[in-house]
Amino acid sequence: MKIPSYFGFWHHLGAWLLKTSSWLVLLFLIMPILVIIPLSFNVEPFFSFTEGMLTLQPEAYSLRWYREIFSDAKWILAIQNSFLIGIFATILATVLGTCAAVGLARDDMPYRRFITALLLSPMIVPLIITAAGMFFFYSDLGLAGSYLGVILAHAALGTPFVIITVTATLTGFDYSLARAAINLGATPLRVFFDIIMPLIRPGVISGALFAFITSFDEVVVILFMAGPQQRTIPRQMFSGLREQINPSILAIATLLILVSIALLVTIELLRRRAERLRGVELIE
Amino acid sequence: MSALTTTEAGQAASARSKKRLTAFLFVVPLLAFILLTFVAPIGSMLWRSVHHPAVAELIPLTLVELQRWDGHAIPDETTLNVFALELHGLAKQRLSGKLSEELNRAYTGMSSVVKSSARRIGRLKIEQLESQGAETLLQAHRNWSKAEVWYAIKRAGQIYTYDYYLTALDLELHPEQGIQVREDTQIYLQLYGKTLNMALVITLFCALLGYPLAYYLSGLPENRANLLLVLVLLPFWTSLLVRTTAWIALLQTNGVINSFLLSSGLIGQPIEMLYTSFATIIAMTHILLPFMILPLYSVMRGIDPSYLRAAMSLGAKPIPAFARIYFPMTLPGLSAGALLVFIISVGYYITPALVGGTDGQMISNIIAFHMQRSNNWELAAALGSLLLGLILVLYWLYDRFVGASNIKLG
Amino acid sequence: MARSLTTRFSTFALAAALGTATFAASAQDSLTVVSWGGAYGAAQQKHVIDPYQKDTGVKVLFEDYSGGVAEIKAQVESGNIQWDVVDFEVIDLERACSEGLLEVIPHETLPAGVDGTPAAEDFIPEALASECAVGNIVWSVVFAYNEKTIGGTKAADIDDFFDTTKIPGKRAMRKRPQVNMEWALLADGVAPEEVYEVLATAEGQQRAFDKLATIKNDIVWFDSWSQAPQLLNDGGAVLVQSANGRFYDAIRQENKPFVIVWDGHVYDLDAWAIVKGSPKKDLALKFVAYATGSKPLAGMPDVAYGPTRKSSTPMMDPTAAPHLPTAHLDKGIQASSEFWADYGESLGEKFNEWLLK
Repeated sequence: MKIPSYFGFWHHLGAWLLKTSSWLVLLFLIMPILVIIPLSFNVEPFFSFTEGMLTLQPEAYSLRWYREIFSDAKWILAIQNSFLIGIFATILATVLGTCAAVGLARDDMPYRRFITALLLSPMIVPLIITAAGMFFFYSDLGLAGSYLGVILAHAALGTPFVIITVTATLTGFDYSLARAAINLGATPLRVFFDIIMPLIRPGVISGALFAFITSFDEVVVILFMAGPQQRTIPRQMFSGLREQINPSILAIATLLILVSIALLVTIELLRRRAERLRGVELIE
Repeated sequence: MSALTTTEAGQAASARSKKRLTAFLFVVPLLAFILLTFVAPIGSMLWRSVHHPAVAELIPLTLVELQRWDGHAIPDETTLNVFALELHGLAKQRLSGKLSEELNRAYTGMSSVVKSSARRIGRLKIEQLESQGAETLLQAHRNWSKAEVWYAIKRAGQIYTYDYYLTALDLELHPEQGIQVREDTQIYLQLYGKTLNMALVITLFCALLGYPLAYYLSGLPENRANLLLVLVLLPFWTSLLVRTTAWIALLQTNGVINSFLLSSGLIGQPIEMLYTSFATIIAMTHILLPFMILPLYSVMRGIDPSYLRAAMSLGAKPIPAFARIYFPMTLPGLSAGALLVFIISVGYYITPALVGGTDGQMISNIIAFHMQRSNNWELAAALGSLLLGLILVLYWLYDRFVGASNIKLG
Repeated sequence: MARSLTTRFSTFALAAALGTATFAASAQDSLTVVSWGGAYGAAQQKHVIDPYQKDTGVKVLFEDYSGGVAEIKAQVESGNIQWDVVDFEVIDLERACSEGLLEVIPHETLPAGVDGTPAAEDFIPEALASECAVGNIVWSVVFAYNEKTIGGTKAADIDDFFDTTKIPGKRAMRKRPQVNMEWALLADGVAPEEVYEVLATAEGQQRAFDKLATIKNDIVWFDSWSQAPQLLNDGGAVLVQSANGRFYDAIRQENKPFVIVWDGHVYDLDAWAIVKGSPKKDLALKFVAYATGSKPLAGMPDVAYGPTRKSSTPMMDPTAAPHLPTAHLDKGIQASSEFWADYGESLGEKFNEWLLK
C-alpha cells in the first residue's frame, strides 16, 4: 500500500511501534517456555542458570534429571497412567462427541441452542467445581480412586472440544447428499462412514487431539478424585512444585513441550489439509 | 402454490418430527453421558450445600428434646442429661471428634469444649450420667450454660439448611436480630471481590497485549502470519503445569529474572516476585493470552483494510479513523476474547495455588482449602455454588453475544 | 470400507484388553504406605520399605504427604479409602484417633526386640501411648541458619527467631498453628512447662498471635518440610523451621553450611497408624509390626531421628547420637498431643483467619 506522504513520519513511527510491541508480546509468550529447556540440563539441583551454564561450559550441563525421571518408579507410573487415561478418555470423548456434533449440526435439531450450551459447559465450569462435585458423586458410587472414574471424568471434560472442531467442519455440509444416499439404499452406518466421515475427519482428529491434551494436562480432577495408583504426570509435577522443586520437573516439562510441538504440527497439517479440501470443493 | 391439504400438512409435520427425532438420537448418547458424569456430580455438590444430616445423626435425641426449648435460658435438666448420655455414647464410639467439628462450625471455639467435656463424661458410668449428666456438663465448661450455644446446636441439627450460604456471604443468623453481617471475621465477600478484580486485571492485560499483536498479525501476508501464529499456539498447546513451572523458574528469589537483574547491576537485592498476586497475574496473563489473540485475529483477518485506507484517503486522521471505524469492527472479537478470558480466570485454581502464595489466592483456592484442608465440604459446596452461579451468568452472556460453539481453538 | 471398519474395531478391542489388564494389575496384593518424603522418606525406603518388600513380596506404593489429618479425614468420610498406613506426627495423632479416623492397633501383637525384650518394655512408653498407633521415631522441630546468608550476628535462641532487628531477613515456617504457637509463647517469655497451660486460654492464644504478628511480614510460609532446606539453601529465608533430620541430612550428605539451633525445639514422636476402614487392615497391621521392629528402627538415626525401641540403640550409627533430639531434651519441650487434639481444630481455623487478615 502506498503511504501518502503527509503523514509519513507518524505512520512509520506507528508501524515501528506496532511491530516492536508485537514482537515483545511474542517474546513474552514464547520465552518462558524456551527458558525451561536449557535449565533442564542443569547439573546442579537448582532452577536457575549457573555461571558455568552461561559461559557454556560442557560440564555445567548434564542429563542427570532425565536419568532421574526414567529411573524413578513414580515418574514411570505417572507417564504410563497419563497415556493410558488419556487414550481411553479420548476414544470415549471422540466417539460420543462426533456423534453428537453430527446431530447438533442438523437444522432440525430440537432445543439446539440449549443442548449445545449444556454439552459445552464442561469446558466453562471451573475445574474446582467440577472436581469437587465429582469427588462427592464418584465417591458415593465407589468410582473415586479408580481408573474408570478418572477416565469417565476426563472424557466428559474432553467432549466439548470434539463438538467444536467437528461442528466447524460440518458448517455448510449439505445434508441432501446424505438423504440422496439413503434414497439410493445406503445404510445409515454406510452414509456416516462413506459420506460424512471423510468430510469431518480433520475435525474429528483435531478434536481427538484436543480431548487427549485436555486429559493429558488435567490435574484438578486428579488431585481430588484419583488415588495414588492413578497418579499422572501433571499430578506428579504439581506435588513436585509444591514440595521439592528440582530440575527433574524441568526435564519432564521439556519432554512435554516436545509432545505439544508434535501435536501442534499435526493440528496445523490437518488444518491445511482441511483448507485444501474445502478449496477443492469451492472450485468444483 | 396451492394450499396444503390437511393430510399433506400432517405428513409434513410427522416427517419433520421424525427428522427432529433422528437429529436428537445422535445427541442422546453424549447427552446421557454428560448428565451422568458431569451434571449429576455438580448437582450432588449443590445438594450438599443445603443438605447436612451429620449433626441430626449424631445427637438425634437431644435435638428432639430441644424442640420444646423456649430458646431463652439454658435448656432444662432432662435435655442436658440426654445430651450428656449421647455425648458419652459418642465418646465411646470415638465419634465425639466428629460432633466437636460440626459444633465448632456452628459456634466458634466449641471444638475444644466438646472434646474436653466428652473426655470428662466418657470416664463416668451411664448410671451416674442419668442423674448427674446435666451437672457434669455444666461443670465441664461454662459454654454449656450459654443459650447461644444451644441455639447454635439446634440450628446445626437441621437437616436442610441455608446456613452455609450465610457463611459464604459473611452473614450469620442471630437468635433475635435475624440475619446480620458476621461480626468476627469477614473473608469470603472480600475474596470474591479480589477474585473479580484480579480476573479483570488479567483480562485487561490480555487485551492490551493481545490487541496490537493480533492487529499486527492480521496485516501480514497469510503465510508469514501463520508462521508467527505458531508462537501463539505453542504456549496454547503446552501443558499448563509446564507454563506454571516456567514462571516459577523465572520469578523465584534466585530465579532467572532476579539473577539477570542482579548481574546486570539494575538491582542490588533480589525482588520478591514469586508467591505474590503479581505472580498470579503475570502467569495467568501468559496462560490466557492465546484465548484473547485467536478470536481477535480471526475477526481482524475478516476486516477489509480498504475501509481504513478509504477513510484516511478521505482525510481522516489515523487515530480517529482507527477509533471510529476499525476498532468498532473488531469489537466482536475483543468481547469474545475478553469474556472468555474473564470466565476462565474467575474460576482458576492451579496457577494461583502454585505461584500465588497467600497473597495471590483466588476464590477457587479457598474452595480447595475447605475441600482438602479444613474438610468443611458443605461450605466448599456453598462457595462453589455461588461461583457456579456467577460463571453461568457470564456463560449465558457469552452464549448470547458470541455463541458457545464459536470458541476459537486455533 | 469393511476392512477399515474391522481394523478400527480390532484396535479398539486391543486397547480395551490392554486397559482391563492394567485395571487388574492395580488390584493385586499391594499396600499404600504414606510418609513424609525427602531425606526421611529416603531413610524409610532404605530401612523399612525395601526390606519389607523383599521379605514379604508385598508391593508397597510409598507415597508422600505433608502431614495433617485432612486428607485422611476426607478419605474416611467419603468412604473413598486410598491410603492404608500413614506415618503420623503424634501432635496430630490424638485428634485423628479421637475423631475415629484410625484403626485400633493391638499393641500386644508387636514382636519382641532382637534381644528378646518384650515389646511392652522395649518401646519407650510414649511410643505406645495411643491405641491408634505405634511410635517409630523421636524427632524435633528446630530452626537453622545458613552460615553463608546469616551475616555477622548468628542466631542463638528462640528469641532471635522473633527478633528481626537483631537478625534481619525472612523466617520460614510451616503453615499451621502447631509448634508456631508454642514458639511464639516461648519467645514471649512463657516458661517451657507452662506453654500449653497458657495456650489453653483465650488470652494466651491472643498473646501467641500477637507475638507471631510482630514478624508476620517477614514469614515465608511453606506446606511441606521438604521445602525447608531448599529455602535455607537458596536464600529464600534466613531462619528456617524444619524437622531436625532434614537439616542434618543436608549438612551431612550435601555439606551445606547449615547450623541447627536447638533452643526451644519442640520434640515429638512419629507413629505408624492405619486408616480406618482400610480394606487391607490385616496386611497393614503386619506392616506396622515389621516397620517398628528393632532393625528397621535402628536405621532411622541416619537422619538423626531417635528409635523408639531400646533394643535398636546398640545397632545404630554411634556418630548420630549427639544429633538426636534426645541429646537436647533440656532445651526443648514435648509437643502435647492431647492439647492439639482439643484445640487443633479451633486454633487451625483462627490461624487461617489470622493469615488472611
